[in-house]
Amino acid sequence: MLDQDFILQTRGLSVYYDSKIAVTDVNLNVARNRITSIIGPSGCGKSTLLRCFNRMNDLIPSARVEGQVLFDGLDLYGPDVDPTEIRYEIGMVFQRPNPFPKSIYDNVAFGPRINGFKGDMDEVVERSLVRAALWDEVKDRLKASALSLSGGQQQRLCIARALAVEPRVILMDEPCSALDPFATLAIEELMRELSEDYSIIIVTHNMQQAARVSHYTAFLMLEETRVGFLVEFGESRKIFTNPEDERTEAYITGRFG
Amino acid sequence: MAVIPRTEFQRRRNRRKWLGRAFHGMCLLSVAIALGMLAVLLIYLLIQGATGINWSFLTSFASRHPDQAGIKAAILGSIYVVLVAGVVSFTLGVATALYLEEYAARSRFAKIAKINIANLAGVPSIVYGILGLQIFVHNLHLGKSVLAGGFTLALLVLPIVIVAAGEAVRAVPPSFREGSYALGATRWQVIWHIVFPLAFPGILTGVILAVSRAIGETAPLIAMGALTFVPFSPDSPLSRFTVLPIQIFNWTSRPQEGFQEAAAAGIIVLLVILLIMNAGAVILRNHFQNKWEG
Amino acid sequence: MVRADFDRSLEELEAELVGLGEMVEKAIIKSMDALERRDLAVAYEVVAEDDLIDAKRFELEEKCIDLIATQQPLAIDLRTLLAVLHIAVELERMGDYAEGIGKICMIIGDDEPVETPKQLGQMAQMGVSMLRRSMKSLKDRDTALANEVWDSDDEVDALYANVCHQIFVEMGQDPKTIEAATHFLWAAHDLERIADRATNIAERVIFVVTGRIGRYKPPDVPKVVE
Repeated sequence: MLDQDFILQTRGLSVYYDSKIAVTDVNLNVARNRITSIIGPSGCGKSTLLRCFNRMNDLIPSARVEGQVLFDGLDLYGPDVDPTEIRYEIGMVFQRPNPFPKSIYDNVAFGPRINGFKGDMDEVVERSLVRAALWDEVKDRLKASALSLSGGQQQRLCIARALAVEPRVILMDEPCSALDPFATLAIEELMRELSEDYSIIIVTHNMQQAARVSHYTAFLMLEETRVGFLVEFGESRKIFTNPEDERTEAYITGRFG
Repeated sequence: MAVIPRTEFQRRRNRRKWLGRAFHGMCLLSVAIALGMLAVLLIYLLIQGATGINWSFLTSFASRHPDQAGIKAAILGSIYVVLVAGVVSFTLGVATALYLEEYAARSRFAKIAKINIANLAGVPSIVYGILGLQIFVHNLHLGKSVLAGGFTLALLVLPIVIVAAGEAVRAVPPSFREGSYALGATRWQVIWHIVFPLAFPGILTGVILAVSRAIGETAPLIAMGALTFVPFSPDSPLSRFTVLPIQIFNWTSRPQEGFQEAAAAGIIVLLVILLIMNAGAVILRNHFQNKWEG
Repeated sequence: MVRADFDRSLEELEAELVGLGEMVEKAIIKSMDALERRDLAVAYEVVAEDDLIDAKRFELEEKCIDLIATQQPLAIDLRTLLAVLHIAVELERMGDYAEGIGKICMIIGDDEPVETPKQLGQMAQMGVSMLRRSMKSLKDRDTALANEVWDSDDEVDALYANVCHQIFVEMGQDPKTIEAATHFLWAAHDLERIADRATNIAERVIFVVTGRIGRYKPPDVPKVVE
């Protein structure tokens, strides 16, 4: 694959919290309009790695990032880069659905509003909800509280909220860990649809989910002496039927450690 | 097969049951004592003061004659002073809390500042009166005015407001902040659109509690130099004033029987105002809180 | 060790598969023995015992499906289970060929004057050897041995061509033997298929170990890692 097929690339990326290292020298290429999953045991730095892609780590005062994250060739950690600009291009969906305690409509409209959108808000809200496969369920109660929705609906609302600012990348941090199996499958189905227009990176504890949903899988690991290093990266079908590294194999067959 | 023989367990069920009942009883007794004292106080006040409350009592100014003495100036004084104190402490308190929790969060400075603010809440109120006298009355040349009194009380309750507002701000789930940052919001937008609206009911509760305390304060205002005998309505922020507790204190120190009755009536008025303010706080809080709950 | 219970299930499953292999091996040896000695009783036994092989195959298949459904195996576990599933079918088909030879033996009967071609015995020996080696390669995860089994198939094919040619020649020389010779042709065909199936087992062993299906080489996928 050529460099322009990758929307995000990390080069020697390391993250520290104070002096403690959380991600070690990761080189990863994220393919455009594909779903890339990051798997690995607890504490291996997958969420930290994910949060490098939209500079959410900036919110933690003790976090320090070394190396490069290239977004279509632009270094996200370059001197003139404004993190709020990045987050406008690279959306994020969190582990627990976190709709704001506002109406469904205002949740979706929040992003466009704070980014100074001056066009037809109704249209943006409808389009985003349609894209997030939620429109039919909520179109008659857009003014109702977002908190009246079920967990799965709330998470799709959060996806709609992220889509409303027209990002190019969507980061998902264990988006289904608080959902029941059916809501989970609905989100996975949605991710496959969205991957036609967006590049998606998902962190998941659920290997079956990574196998079901993602085109590429990265396996991160921690050892006694090293934390958050990339062990193997490749096509998901390859990783889940015939991984190259025996540590990957041990992890995905549930025989880790 | 149990590893530990069942006979090792001395379950003493009767003793445990008895202990449970005894504790339950003790708690109930405490509630009874607290409520009982309050009831005695209220009944005493009502018996002594109820007859004294009438329209002319509420609309007359202070007088040397007990049967002509009214509480109008004190009611207006209290309301004005407390309004000033509420607005000032709300503005300063919320801004301080937002700075300490959102901007300077986790910094060493914020930690030290927070400890000091918590300690300030314990400083005797008369100290604030002396401070108010020096700064507002003398240095800022406000005189012994409504404004100076309001500022003094604002200083007094500021620590309470800051602590309450800080707690309300901290209680806003971090996930909402993250959610809005992730959409490209700036720190100001996160605070204005998310943190403040969600913390508002909590802040409001804190402010009303603080103001309820302010309305009952006597010492700092006396120290500051509020009047005890005011036969006029305060008509500008710079006019002199008295407040309900001072008026009540003044009446109780008079020998005439009629003034004792007026004092009791004044206390009832003060309690009613407090009650109305607290009820208002609860209603406002519920109004803002219930709006979006699923 | 996590997943100890699942590991035990996998081990038991493989042991049972090896057991099925041994049953099939015996069936082939017995059927050939019956054909060579024209022992109808033994031939009858082979035919009857094939039901046990079939039953065992279904049992294994069911266990595989249960484990796939309940344990969601991935990577090596997935490949192992798929291989067991596949190999059980291969073994059952080999058992069917042994049963076929038993039936041929019963049809030819014990008073037939025509002698059983010697190469048939040789073919059976080679088939049994291939089966043994393929099952051993599975047990030892030995791809070299599996590749060897693969290579042996060519010898069996050569032998098959040879025995066919010889039977045709005999048919031409003595038309009375045509009926029996046709049956021998079938037996030779069955034996050739047995060797083929042993090759398939070897192919699965390579799959278990390497993830590649037999000697099939997938087209190069573009690498995404630098």
